Amino acid sequence: MINYVPILIIFVLATLLALAIIVASRLAGRNWPSNVKLSPYECGVEPVGTGRDRQSVKFYLVAMVFLLFDIEAVFLVPWAVVFRGVFDPSSRFHSLRFVFYGEMMLFIIVLFVGLVYVYRKGILDWNR
Amino acid sequence: MEKALFIIFAVIAVASALNILLQRNPMYSALSLIGTLVSLSALYIMLRAQFIAAIQIVVYAGAIMVLFVFVIMLLNTPREQSNVDKQKWLRALAIPFAGLLLAEASYVVWRVPARTMPPIDSSGSGIGTTYSVGTKLFTDYLLPFEVTSVLILMAIVGAMVLARRQDD
Amino acid sequence: MTDLLAWVIQISVILFVLLTSVAYLTLLERKVMSLIQLRIGPNRVGWWGLLQPAADGLKMIFKEDIVPLAANKLLYIAAPAVMLVPALMTLVVIPYGSQVTLFGRTIPLHVTQINVGVLYVLGLTSVGVYGIVLAGWSSNNKYSLMGGLRASAQMISYELALGLSIVGVVLWVGSLDLVDIVNAQRGWGGFKWNILRAPLGFFIFFIAALAETNRVPFDLPEADSELVGGYHTEYSSMKFVMFQMGEYLNLITSASMATTLFFGGWLGPAVDRYPLLGLAYFLVKVFVLILLSMWIRFTLPRFRYDQLMRFGWEVLLPLAIVNIALTATVILLIH
Repeated sequence: MINYVPILIIFVLATLLALAIIVASRLAGRNWPSNVKLSPYECGVEPVGTGRDRQSVKFYLVAMVFLLFDIEAVFLVPWAVVFRGVFDPSSRFHSLRFVFYGEMMLFIIVLFVGLVYVYRKGILDWNR
Repeated sequence: MEKALFIIFAVIAVASALNILLQRNPMYSALSLIGTLVSLSALYIMLRAQFIAAIQIVVYAGAIMVLFVFVIMLLNTPREQSNVDKQKWLRALAIPFAGLLLAEASYVVWRVPARTMPPIDSSGSGIGTTYSVGTKLFTDYLLPFEVTSVLILMAIVGAMVLARRQDD
Repeated sequence: MTDLLAWVIQISVILFVLLTSVAYLTLLERKVMSLIQLRIGPNRVGWWGLLQPAADGLKMIFKEDIVPLAANKLLYIAAPAVMLVPALMTLVVIPYGSQVTLFGRTIPLHVTQINVGVLYVLGLTSVGVYGIVLAGWSSNNKYSLMGGLRASAQMISYELALGLSIVGVVLWVGSLDLVDIVNAQRGWGGFKWNILRAPLGFFIFFIAALAETNRVPFDLPEADSELVGGYHTEYSSMKFVMFQMGEYLNLITSASMATTLFFGGWLGPAVDRYPLLGLAYFLVKVFVLILLSMWIRFTLPRFRYDQLMRFGWEVLLPLAIVNIALTATVILLIH
């Protein structure tokens, strides 16, 4: 697991760098705040209403559909890693090579049905 | 070295898990949950479960938590709604449930015999790599795998039905 | 302990090189833009404007650092760091050469080689969304919130196509390790590069990567004509710079990933004899891809948001799925 240590190192170094930049700009820049300067920017007009309005439910649906297809994509990864190896005659799974192919095709078809269903419902159509 | 890292990540995981409950601002709670998930992923790596660790980041931290954060952004509730405080009986109900959960957890801890696991060598066996997960998944666990695809399809249909507007 | 020190030194050197190239990418982008638009571009600070990035940096660091009163202060300050850190973290797994011998030590020209390299990069890409989301939410500004939402919806939509286009390559190579992926493309004088085996995959990857890095024609998150600056509207001084750095780093990362996955990484003629040539090949390939994305930026107009979402979900995603099925069928047929 020693190979993962550099990830820890870069995380620490990158975080330190980010902190240093934030602190440096705080110290180096001048600081003359005023109420107008610190109000939300709305092209020079007095801010109208609140900055935190409720937003379209479409964004939520996109995130939901993304989550489900992301899980499907995750299942494809181990299959993709294994797949080519099973065609090697010395592989333990050589006799199962058509099973490996067939079951993933089935999986992809089911995935596609889901995608078609999403289109037909018009959930991702931004004009509705 | 490894023990020190384990303690660090375990403490981060538990501390941010506690922070989820203690924060009043839902955004802070969601971010604490991400902290828990990321440190869990580090713990998985120390257990040589590299594939699971990567999936933990891609699916949990990258997809499920994005959904949570989206909901918080879309609804924009600045503070947690304190409806619970108005319904005292809910609070009374919570105590026996917590006790039940604790009893269940301690039963499991007590029942599972303490075993010393054989040491995992990082070079040889290849346990926890994507390859070994793949071969297991597509031979021994073939049926659960195919059922999963149907399950996800059902989840898609369910999500669409739930979010459909009345006028459709 | 010496290993640890060697890593810290190697990572620091790469960090330094990377940040310098980010600074000079801004100059390059302005130069390319002015060439395409028949202008001269920055030419006052230093010869050919070569000191312009330094002047810009100095200017930005002395600017006033504004934290709006309505903002959520903690998250507002943390958001640029959340953007920058994952963008920097991807660089440790990308191989930029085979190995060189320096001071009697053999140094591999990649920081680390992990079994799940591709997933690591994808994971960091998906975590990078949070910087934008938090910036948009914590600013408490309408433009920021809208920009943040748009950006994250766009990024997650194209992330699917991005991940699936890589699955095609993984099918051919049978490994998620980026070093293995480069080595699998060795031989036949460049005719084993994955671009030839998975051209459709590269097409999808390149478009999705443009969308992931929020570059034209997918720059809706900061569509300046409608959203001012998008998620970073309220940011000033070095915090604004950090968002820019993050975007350029993501551009470098996606060009390096495209090079590694599709263009044979550091492979090229005579690379086994002179290992340092590998580094040069790698940099040239990355540079050409970055130039290509700049060319696209100054040639195409911006998408409309509904077009963007429709393209991602109804064209790119099905295409990526079909690509996987096709690749698997081809592998089945040739064996």
